[in-house]
Amino acid sequence: MATIVSYTARPRRITQALLLLAAVAIGVAAYALVWLGRFDELPPGLVEHAVGALVVAVVLQAVVMWRAPYADPVILPLVVLLNLLGIAVIASVDSARILYQDRSSAVADRQMLWAGLGVILCAALLVALRDHRWLRRYTWIAAVTGAVLLLTPLVPGLGSSRYGSKIWISIAGNSFQPAELAKICFAVFFAGYLVSRRDTLALAGPKVLGIRLPRWADFGPILVAWAFAMAVLVFETDLGTSIMFFGLFVAMLYVATDRLSWLVIGAVLFLPPAIIAATQMSHVRTRLTCWLDPLSSENFDRCGQINAGLFGLANGGITGAGLGEGRPNVVPFAESDFIFSALAEELGLVGAFALLLLYLLLVERAFRAAVGISDGFGTLLAAGLGFVIALQVFVVIGGVTRVIPLTGLTLPFLAAGGSSLVCNWIIAGILVRLSDAARRPAARQVPGAPSPAQAGGSPAEAIA
Amino acid sequence: MNRPLRHLWLVVSVLFVLLFTSTTYFQVVAQGRLNADGRNVRTIYNEFGRHRGPIVVDGTAIASSARSDDSYGYLRSYDPGAMYAPVTGYYSVVYGFSGLERALNDTLSGDADALFYQRISDILSGKQGQGATVELTIDAKAQEAAYDALDGKKGAAVALDPETGAVLAMVSAPSYDPDDLASHSTKDVQAAWSELNDDPDRPLTNRAIAGDLYPPGSSFKLVTAAAALESGGYTPETQIPGPGTYTLPQSSSVMNNHAGGGTEACGPDDSSTLQAALEQSCNTSFALLGQEVGEDQLRTTAEEFGFGQKLSIPLSVTPSTIGEDLDASQLATTSIGQYEDRVTPLQMAMVASAMANDGAVMQPQLVQKVSTSDLSTISELTPKELGRPLSASNAALMRQMMEGVVSEGTGTAAQIDGAEVGGKTGTAEWGDGRTAHSWFVGYAQQDDRKVAVAVVVEEGGYGSRTAAPIARDVMEAVIQP
Repeated sequence: MATIVSYTARPRRITQALLLLAAVAIGVAAYALVWLGRFDELPPGLVEHAVGALVVAVVLQAVVMWRAPYADPVILPLVVLLNLLGIAVIASVDSARILYQDRSSAVADRQMLWAGLGVILCAALLVALRDHRWLRRYTWIAAVTGAVLLLTPLVPGLGSSRYGSKIWISIAGNSFQPAELAKICFAVFFAGYLVSRRDTLALAGPKVLGIRLPRWADFGPILVAWAFAMAVLVFETDLGTSIMFFGLFVAMLYVATDRLSWLVIGAVLFLPPAIIAATQMSHVRTRLTCWLDPLSSENFDRCGQINAGLFGLANGGITGAGLGEGRPNVVPFAESDFIFSALAEELGLVGAFALLLLYLLLVERAFRAAVGISDGFGTLLAAGLGFVIALQVFVVIGGVTRVIPLTGLTLPFLAAGGSSLVCNWIIAGILVRLSDAARRPAARQVPGAPSPAQAGGSPAEAIA
Repeated sequence: MNRPLRHLWLVVSVLFVLLFTSTTYFQVVAQGRLNADGRNVRTIYNEFGRHRGPIVVDGTAIASSARSDDSYGYLRSYDPGAMYAPVTGYYSVVYGFSGLERALNDTLSGDADALFYQRISDILSGKQGQGATVELTIDAKAQEAAYDALDGKKGAAVALDPETGAVLAMVSAPSYDPDDLASHSTKDVQAAWSELNDDPDRPLTNRAIAGDLYPPGSSFKLVTAAAALESGGYTPETQIPGPGTYTLPQSSSVMNNHAGGGTEACGPDDSSTLQAALEQSCNTSFALLGQEVGEDQLRTTAEEFGFGQKLSIPLSVTPSTIGEDLDASQLATTSIGQYEDRVTPLQMAMVASAMANDGAVMQPQLVQKVSTSDLSTISELTPKELGRPLSASNAALMRQMMEGVVSEGTGTAAQIDGAEVGGKTGTAEWGDGRTAHSWFVGYAQQDDRKVAVAVVVEEGGYGSRTAAPIARDVMEAVIQP
């Protein structure tokens, strides 16, 4: 039983309110600048946009004050800022299409609607989910739901294939990426499962070459997780999604057991399917070629999208072309998969770094909640959700900037896409709930005070 | 569970460091290379998104940019297009730039070093920058006269101010409308482009300075005559041999005295004065004269006229040549403008301009003045002497002989009332069974107005009939008030 001094018992709700206001001001100003840059006039819906953003801020602030008074004051402002910046960049892509290509494009308006839905779900979650440990009851339900969701794109008639990957389902004309929701389910499942098995996973098993290997019996769930990742890779042919799930699982496994062997096993298990994908699947092979050498003349046409993105980055340079002054419309999918290149073109290296820092800060807040929270389930869930955001950012931006091959993931909160945005808002709600638990003074052990909860794995009971 | 969390955070940090590094690489380190990549459409958009300066002739813009509501921002248009196309060139989003649009791209777009302070002040005052205005030396009347006279023919005409080197007219026919290539509709541009390139008459070629070089024919006799005067052994009155036919040394080929196969001798006893030989354009006289003068003297004089020099006016001019390592018979045919003599019309206009400018050849220049959008002058034409092929007195003798050609020789069609006109016709054979190219090279002077001109009409036949009247029209347009 370690004694932890409560370093912050203060709610810091005023801080959050000010940060939210700053986020809204920056986001709305960016939206206005896009139109000023493109058409020399203010956007037609600027007032509605500003009022909408302000309402979102007020609602979030009120819900947090009501139901999560000790929540981390930075998470929601970060999320609001990312969402609004995303809308501004999408509006820039829209307006560039309208101005330069005479195409009608209103992705930004749809994104605003999805953001509204996301905020409502986030607020509803904060209201309904009073304690994050309630989620633990649904460990196995989450597992089944996640597995079903993940495999729905394979159902004939429901799934639809796009650009070589089958990760979409369409219902009544609306398409949806079920993997986004499955991500949350699996994070809940892994947290619940691992927290009850961590001791056997961590301590039992033979030791080989200084690495303690797990028992064969413990391999089961790992193999199941691996099999799912492989199923996604083989049948839905999407490397990004399988990297995300397997990365999430291995990271949470490592946090639960503190054993390096899991990381090694994870990496080794992932290699053969990755190699098979690289050699057998034509669109993965194309992406591999475009990763290694997109600018050579024989590959240039095939790698048009990544090249257009790289030219966009170069056009941005250090200070950027300016919002509404770039040419994001020449990059295919500049509003979704390639939104990073659109942002980096218009806001430059400065803006790109700022964006990366915003994400890093968000991940850091999740990790801080993981550290501060007193139950193992909460720690694992917070760490898992934080890590999956980091991994997703890495896979997307790394794909655009040729650190790794391009995959079909979306940048959290930024990229256009309803399922991704709504699910990420739900993640934000869970993180706020977790951070509230982490910072709530009664949940902490203060010298001299009776210990209301046990640190570590077993479920804690009384909450003041 | 804090230790693995710390490790996981370390992993996250490494991932983000990779992203910071890769972003920096593409936005800073590789930026220049990527922006310079010819396949980068943004570079084209940036290029075409600038307010390019106009090209001006006699106070009227012949090429100008106006805002367009499309991807590019500005549309370049030309008026009148075809007349000035050999000078302006085109400015195409698909096929790049040519002509002055390319040669002066930095100036027109505002990127030139000389416009640095202009750019700074535009940035400080928040004004939309505009490229510099380029005023040409072209005389609109002369250009129009040359364009109209060459209408329907293949050929070129160049007029120079002999004293400054200013290019007063430069026409290449047939021409094309650069508006067709400046269009922002890629499809239209591609269609126009392939049509222009498939045209056997090659309208995109600037025949005046950069086409296939032409054999100058008899007009080259001006160079031979100038070399003879410069050698010191000749005056216009010197008697030189001029038989009706001449068998070339070490050869069985027979040269006839007159173009078209005439075999009349140049004068009684198969000889005439140098002046008479030039007036009648006697081939045998000049074939023999060239051999007397020698290859070295001929080459020296030709190079002083500008042969062999790569000129930039600022359009780049293909160097003219008299061939290499000539034997006696080759020297004989070279002296009458055949064998490997290959010239641009501009070069022949420079030959005429030396005569009219007391023996000095001035560097030809197209740009009169460069000024910023707020009308402050950046640079102005400064005449530069390129060479001095003959002395002032010899130039006067040449003028005397050339006037003879126009007043009573083969060039009578170039006469202008009230003006002193001198010149030399040429009928250049260039292929078996093909009609000869028709040349006129000369100058005109009235009061203090001077002009030197060269006209070539492909397959135009006798220079005296086809090229000389065109040259007269152009010279008249310049010197007649």
